[in-house]
Amino acid sequence: MKIEMTHLRQLEAESIHIIREVAAEFENPVMLYSIGKDSAVMLHLAKKAFYPSKIPFPLMHVDTTWKFREMIEFREKMRKEYDFDLLVYTNQEGASQGINPFDHGSALYTDIMKTEGLKQGLDKYKFDAAFGGARRDEEKSRAKERIFSFRSENHRWDPKSQRPELWNLYNAKVKPGESIRSFPLSNWTELDIWQYIYLEEIPIVPLYYAKVRPVVERDGMLILIDDDRIKLAPGEEAQMKSVRFRTLGCYPLTAAVESDAATLPEIIQEMLLTRTSERQGRLIDHDSAGSMEKKKQEGYF
Amino acid sequence: MAHQSDLIAEDIAAYLKTQEQKQILRFITCGSVDDGKSTLIGRLLWDSKMVFEDQLAALEVDSKKVGTQGEEIDYALLLDGLQAEREQGITIDVAYRYFSTDKRKFIVADTPGHEQYTRNMVTGASTAEVAIILIDARKGVLTQSRRHSYLTSLVGIRKIVLAINKMDLVDYAEDRYQEIIAEYKEFAAELGFEEICCIPISALKGDNIIKASERTPWYQGPTLMHHLEHVEITDNALSKPFRMRVQWVNRPNLDFRGFSGTIASGIVKPGDTVVVPSSGQTSKVARIVTMDGDLEEAVAGQAITITLEDEIDISRGDMLCCPEKRPSFADQFEAHVVWMHEDALLPGRSYLIKAGSATAPAQVSALKHKVNVNTLQREPGKTLELNEVGICNISLTKPISFDPYQENRSTGNFILIDRFTNATVGAGMIDFALRRATNIHWQSIDINKQSRAEMNDQQPKVLWFTGLSGAGKSTIANLVEKKLHSLGKRTYLLDGDNVRHGLNRDLGFTDADRVENIRRIAETARLFVDAGMIVLTSFISPFKSERRLARELLEEGEFVEIFVNTPLEICEVRDPKGLYKKARAGELPNFTGIDSDYEPPENPEIEVEAGTRSADDIAEEIVAKII
Ligand SMILES: Nc1nc2c(ncn2[C@@H]2O[C@H](COP(=O)(O)OP(=O)(O)O)[C@@H](O)[C@H]2O)c(=O)[nH]1
Ligand SMILES: [Mg+2]
Repeated sequence: MKIEMTHLRQLEAESIHIIREVAAEFENPVMLYSIGKDSAVMLHLAKKAFYPSKIPFPLMHVDTTWKFREMIEFREKMRKEYDFDLLVYTNQEGASQGINPFDHGSALYTDIMKTEGLKQGLDKYKFDAAFGGARRDEEKSRAKERIFSFRSENHRWDPKSQRPELWNLYNAKVKPGESIRSFPLSNWTELDIWQYIYLEEIPIVPLYYAKVRPVVERDGMLILIDDDRIKLAPGEEAQMKSVRFRTLGCYPLTAAVESDAATLPEIIQEMLLTRTSERQGRLIDHDSAGSMEKKKQEGYF
Repeated sequence: MAHQSDLIAEDIAAYLKTQEQKQILRFITCGSVDDGKSTLIGRLLWDSKMVFEDQLAALEVDSKKVGTQGEEIDYALLLDGLQAEREQGITIDVAYRYFSTDKRKFIVADTPGHEQYTRNMVTGASTAEVAIILIDARKGVLTQSRRHSYLTSLVGIRKIVLAINKMDLVDYAEDRYQEIIAEYKEFAAELGFEEICCIPISALKGDNIIKASERTPWYQGPTLMHHLEHVEITDNALSKPFRMRVQWVNRPNLDFRGFSGTIASGIVKPGDTVVVPSSGQTSKVARIVTMDGDLEEAVAGQAITITLEDEIDISRGDMLCCPEKRPSFADQFEAHVVWMHEDALLPGRSYLIKAGSATAPAQVSALKHKVNVNTLQREPGKTLELNEVGICNISLTKPISFDPYQENRSTGNFILIDRFTNATVGAGMIDFALRRATNIHWQSIDINKQSRAEMNDQQPKVLWFTGLSGAGKSTIANLVEKKLHSLGKRTYLLDGDNVRHGLNRDLGFTDADRVENIRRIAETARLFVDAGMIVLTSFISPFKSERRLARELLEEGEFVEIFVNTPLEICEVRDPKGLYKKARAGELPNFTGIDSDYEPPENPEIEVEAGTRSADDIAEEIVAKII
C-alpha cells in the first residue's frame, strides 16, 4: 500500500506541527498578523492546528497607520468572522511626532514605526514567543534563519550563534526577557502559498487581485493613491491603471504591478510566467547590500 | 524546461490540478570547500527558473564586484547570503533553498565545507532523504569524502548521488570518472547505502545537470535533475508500526478531549487499539478529528487530533502506539551523539533531552568511545568536543518511549540542551534501550507508592551515606537503622556486604564497574522506596555525578544525602580493614582518597563531622532531622 502526501499537505502538516509546538512550549505566545497573504495562510493553519479548540493565543497587528485602507477593512472583517483575539499596537510616540514615509524617508520611518513598534508591542505584553509569516525563499539572508529563531532581551538576532535545528525538534528554552520568533512557513515558497490559498479557498485582501485603481508613478514604481496623505509633486499625475499587489505593507512603500490577473488561477499563471521576485515591490530592500540582514539583526521581522 | 509553460498559458486550471499531486524531496549537498556545492545549487535554481530578473540583475552586479568568474555569472553568489560569508567567500551555516519542477518540490540543505562541517552537515542531513556527494574530478576521493559519507549514513540517509564535478577540468575523461567511482564504491560498501547513483557533471558549465551532455557521450545514465525527479522516496514510515507523540492536549470543553500530534510512523484508523507505554493503559481510537472533517484513516506525516473511547491519563510527551509492536520504554539507552557546541560534553553533567515532545533531565552515564569521522576508527575519550561523534550511554530521570534510530528515524532521535545557557549542544540517534525494560512493558498498577507508604505509616526515602573509607558510614547507618526500627519504622540497609556478594558480584573496581555498582544500588533503593520503605545506603560513592543520578531517580524530598565528613588523616589512622596501608604500598590502585578523587557533596541535606563526635550522638541527630 502506498499513500503519499502531496507537497502542500506535507507543508501544511509540518507547519501545524510547529504551531502546536510553540503553543505547548511557551507560556505567552503571540501570532504577528500582517494581514497579507502569508499571514492569511498562517492564520488558517493555526485554526487547523487547534480545531475544535479556539486558537489559544492572541494575534497582534503592528499598525504603522500607513497600511492600505483595504487591509484594515479586511482585518476587521476577519476579526468578526474568525474567532480570535486581536491586539492592535501602534508606536504612539512615533505617531504623535508625525513620523511618515514621505518626510522622513523609508529607512527612518520603517525603523520607528515598524521595527520599534514591533519591539514595543512585544515588550508591552511580555510575549515569550512570536509567530511570523516569513519564508526562507523571500530573501537570501532568510535562507539560514531557523524555524525557532532566538532573540536576545533587546530582540536582536545573531546570525553567527544560531541554535542548530535538527529533525523536527525545536529548542524552546529561553530565559526571562529572551524570546523566540517562530516561522512556521519557513519551507513554503511564494508559489506554494498561492497554490494553497487556491486549494483551501482562503480569503485574502482584495488588493492582490487586479482592478483599475488610481496610481502615481514615482521612481519607476507605481504607488497607489490610497488616501489624501500622498501629495503629488509637480509633474506627477494620478493615472487609472489595472494593477495588483504581490506583497502588502505600507502603501507609500509598496509598489503595484500592472496586471489583469483578477482571479487566483490568473495570479498564479502570471507569477509562473513573469520573472521578477515579489520583494522587488518592497522599497526597503533596495537600500543597500545586505540591508535585510542588518534590519533583522536590529529586530525587524 | 522545468515547468510546462504551454499548459500554464493555455489552461491554468488544468495545470494547477497536475500540481496537486506533487511531492517533496529533501536533499543535501556534501563536499569540501570549493568542490562546487554553491555553484551546483545555484545552477539548479537557475535552470528550474527560480531566479528572477531582479535577482539576476543583482547577481550580475555582484558577479563583477565579488565574483570569482571574471565577467561570467557566479552562480554561487545566489546562495552565499550573509554579508560576512560573502566577504570571506565562504558559506558559514546551513541554508535552505527551494526550487520546483513539475514533478517535485525540492528542499536543499546547503552546508559549508570547513571546520564546523560535522555540525552543519548533520543538521542539514537530519531531514534529508537523499545526499549528493560532490567530488572534484581532479582531486578524486578525499578523506573528506569519507567523512561526508559516514555522516550521511549515520543520520540514516540510504540514497546517494555521487556527483563527479568539474569534469570540464579533466577533459571529460571517462577513465578518470571510472577510477573515482570504483574507489568510492569500495570504501562505501561498509556504509549500508541502498543506492549510489554516479553522474559526471560540470556545475559551472551545466553538463548533465538538466540536459545530457554531448561532452560525455560515454555516459548513458540519467542527468542529475532527472534522477532527483525520479528517485524513489522510500516512504517506509508508512509500513512501520503506528506511533504518535502527543504534542498538545486538545480540550475545548468538558465533552471533548483530543490528543494532537503528528503521526511519526504507520497508519491509524478509528477502532484501532492504541497503548500508552508510560502507563500501560490501552484504549480504542474513537475519532480522527481535523478541521476538514473526521478521517477514515491517517498516515505518517499527518498532523491530526485523536479522541479515544476511554478516559485514560495522557499528557504531552506520551506516545500513542500500536500495542502489538510497542516501542522501547526506558530511561537508559545507548546512542550515537554528535557534539555541536564549543563547550565539550561532560559525562555526568545534567543536560535536558528533547525527544519528540518529551523533555527530561538526562546525563551521559558513560562515553564508551568516540568515532574518528575521517578514519571511522574507534578512539577512547573522556569528553566529546565540538564536531566529534561518540557512542554514549544516556540515562534519563524518567523513562520515555522511543525506537532505535535505524528502525525508525522519527522516533529514535533527540537533542541535548545545556541547562544553563539553553544552547542546543548535541544531537543523538538512539541505538537501543539499555538493560532494564526493553521488553518489560509497564503494567498499569492500582496499588502505588503512596498507598504502600500509607500502609507503612511513613514517608519512604533513601538515606544516602557518603564519605571516605573508614569515615564511619556503616557504623552510623547501623545505629540509625536500629533507632528507626525501635520507632516502628520499616527500614532496609544496603551496604557492601549484602550487595557486593550478591546483586553486584560480577562487578570489579574499574571506573565503569563503580558507576554500574552505584547505578544498581540506586535502582534497588528506588524499588524499596517504591515499596514504601526507608532505605539506608552506605557506600563511598565518591563521584557527584553518580550521586546525582541516584537523586534524580527519586522524587523531590525522597533523597537525603548524608555526608559523613571525616578528615582523611583520621580515616587513615583508623584504617579498620587495613586498606589505606595497602593503598599506600601501591597494592590497591584507584583507592579513594589516595590515588582516586573523592568529590565532597556541595549541598548535602545533612553533613556530620564524624572525626571527633561519638557515632551514637551523630545517629541521634540524623534521626531527629529526618523524622
Ligand atoms: N571549472 C569548474 N569550476 C567549478 C565547477 N564547479 C564549481 N567550480 C568553481 O569552483 C569554485 C568553488 O565553487 P563553490 O560553488 O563556491 O564551492 P563550495 O565551496 O562547494 O560551495 C568556484 O570558483 C566555482 O566557480 C565546475 O564544474 N567546473
Ligand atoms: Mg558554498
